[in-house]
Amino acid sequence: MTSDPKSSALAATRRLAAQRWRTALLLTITMVVIYFGFILLVAFNPALLGRRIGEGLSLGIVLGALVIVAAWLLTFAYVSWANRTYDPALKALREQHSAAAGGIV
Amino acid sequence: MTGLLQAAATKFGTPDPVAIGFFAVFIAITLGITWWAARRTQTAEHFYAAGRSVTAGQNGFALAGDYMSAASFLGIAGLVSTSGFDGLIYSTGWLVGWPIVLFLIAEPLRNLGRYTFADVVAARLDPVPVRISAAYGTLATIAFYLIAQMVGAGSLIRLLFGIPYETAVIIVGLAMMAYVLFGGMLATTWVQIVKAVLLLGGAALLATLVLARFGFDPRALFAAAAQQYGDRVLAPGSLVSNPLDALSLGLALMFGTAGLPHILMRFYTVPDAGAARKSVFIATGLIGLFYLMTFVLGFGAMVLVTPEVIKSIDAGGNMAAPMLAELLGGRAFLGFIAAVAFATILAVVAGLALSGAAAISHDLWSSVIRKGHPKPGEELKVARLATIALALVAIALGVAFKGQNVAFMVGLAFAIAASANFPALVLSVFWRRTSTIGAASSMVVGTTATLVLIALSPAVQVDLLHKSAAIFPLKNPALVTIPLSFLTGIAVSLLTPDRESAARYAALETRLLLGEE
Repeated sequence: MTSDPKSSALAATRRLAAQRWRTALLLTITMVVIYFGFILLVAFNPALLGRRIGEGLSLGIVLGALVIVAAWLLTFAYVSWANRTYDPALKALREQHSAAAGGIV
Repeated sequence: MTGLLQAAATKFGTPDPVAIGFFAVFIAITLGITWWAARRTQTAEHFYAAGRSVTAGQNGFALAGDYMSAASFLGIAGLVSTSGFDGLIYSTGWLVGWPIVLFLIAEPLRNLGRYTFADVVAARLDPVPVRISAAYGTLATIAFYLIAQMVGAGSLIRLLFGIPYETAVIIVGLAMMAYVLFGGMLATTWVQIVKAVLLLGGAALLATLVLARFGFDPRALFAAAAQQYGDRVLAPGSLVSNPLDALSLGLALMFGTAGLPHILMRFYTVPDAGAARKSVFIATGLIGLFYLMTFVLGFGAMVLVTPEVIKSIDAGGNMAAPMLAELLGGRAFLGFIAAVAFATILAVVAGLALSGAAAISHDLWSSVIRKGHPKPGEELKVARLATIALALVAIALGVAFKGQNVAFMVGLAFAIAASANFPALVLSVFWRRTSTIGAASSMVVGTTATLVLIALSPAVQVDLLHKSAAIFPLKNPALVTIPLSFLTGIAVSLLTPDRESAARYAALETRLLLGEE
C-alpha cells in the first residue's frame, strides 16, 4: 500500500496542506491579536492611548501606525515563506503527482 | 477669522470648468479602454475573468482600486479632520482584512474556482442549494455597497460640479453600465488600475503639500493640531463610547474584506495561485500607504481648513480632502481631486456590478436554472442583461436612499459579507465534514440575521424611525452574526452528514494546492 505512488502522492499533498494551514493560521492569529489588542485598548483604556510620548505624538497614534506596519510585515513574512519553502515544495509535489498519474498507465 | 474668509472664497457647489474638464478626460480615456477591451471580450471567460491574462502587478493595483472607495478617501479624511484620532480605527480596520485574505483565501480561491466565490463552496457540494444561498448573500452585500457608492457619488457631484443629485446618479449608473456591458472584466480591471494610480498620486501630492507646511515632520502637524484643539484630538474620543460597538465594527471590517464578492472575483483574472498571492501582497502595500496618507490629509485639513469650515460645507465632513486641495493647490488642484474622487466611485461601482452580474448569470442562471449546462453563449447574454438590470437598480437605489450616511452603509455591507460569505468559504475549504445543507444554511442564516439585526439596530430604529430605543443595541451586528454563521454551518453539517461530499474532499485536497491542470 505504501509503495502505491498515488496514495503516497496524496499523503504528501496532505502533509504540505497541513504545513500551509499551520503557517496561515499562525499568521492569521497574530494579525487578529495585534488588531483586536489595539481595538480593545481603544475601547477600554482610551486614557492610556491618549498619553503623550513626545512632541506631537500620542501612544495611540504610534500604535495605530504600527498596526499598519505589522500588517505589512506579516504579509511580507508569508510571501517570503511561500517563495522560499512553499513554492519549491509545490513544484516537487506536482512532479510527484504527474509521475504517479503516468505510472498508472 | 481666516476660516470665515476661506468659507467665503470657496466655490463649492458651482459648476467648475476645470473639474468637469478633468472628469471628461477620465471618462474619455476609460471609454477608450472599454472600446479596446470590447473587441477582446467574446466569451464568458473573458467577460468574468479577463481571459486570466492579468499580471500580478496589474491585479495588485486593480485590487487596490476596487477597495479604496470614496468612503475611505473622503470619509476617513473627513472623520479625522473633525474628530481626530477616531478616524484611525477605520484606517487600520480597513487594512487588516488584507493579510487575512492573503493567508486564508487568495490561493485556495484561485485553485478551486472559475468565476465566483460560490464555485469554491460548490466545488464538492450539491451545487443548487449552495449557489442559491451564495447568490442571496452576494446580492445583499452588493446592494448595500451600491447604495453607499451611489449616494456618495450623487452628493459629491452635486457639491463639486453643481450638477443636480439625480442627474449625477444617472451619469454614474450609465457610465458603469457601459464599462461592464461592453468591456467586461478587462475594461473594469484597467479602469481600476487608472483610478488607483490617479488616487494614490493625488493623495500623495496632497499629503506632500500638507507636510511641506510642517517641515516634512508629521509630528509637527500633530503638535499643531493638539495645540489648536487640545490633546483630545490625539486620543480615542466619542466615536467609540460603546466598547462592544467598536469591537463589532472591527470584526466586520477585518473579516468583511475576505467575503466581498467583487474583491474575491479579482483572483480569477490572474494566471495562477502564485500570481494571486503576489497581487494581494502588492495591494496590501498600496492600501496601507494610502491609509497612512489619509491620516496626514485628515490632520492637515483639521489644522489648515479647520473643522468649523469643513462642517459648514458638509455636515459629515466628507469635503475635507477636496477643501484641503483647494486651499493648497488652488482651483485646478481641486478640480483634479474632485475628478479623482468621482472616478473612484465609478470604478468601484463597475466592479460591484460585474460581480453581481456573475452571481445572477453564472450562479443562478447557468448552475441552477440550466443545471450546469447552459446553451453556448447563453451565459454571456444573461450576464449582459443582468448588468443592465443592476445599473437600473443602482440608479433607483441611489435616488431612493438620498441623504444616507455613506461610511456607515459601507460598514453594514462589510458586516453582511463577513457573516454571509466568509464563514461558508472557510468551512468548505478547510473542513472535510462541511455538508451541502450546512454550507447553505450558514450563508442563508448569516445574511438573514445580519439584515434583521440591522433593521432592529439603533441606526434604523432610533435615527431613521425616531423610536426612543432599539431592540438590538449594536450599530453593527457583526459581533453576533459572524459567530452565528460559523456555528450554524458547523452544527447543521454535523446534523446532516454528507458522505459523498466528504469523499469528494480527497480529490479537492490536491486541487486546493495544485489547481486545475
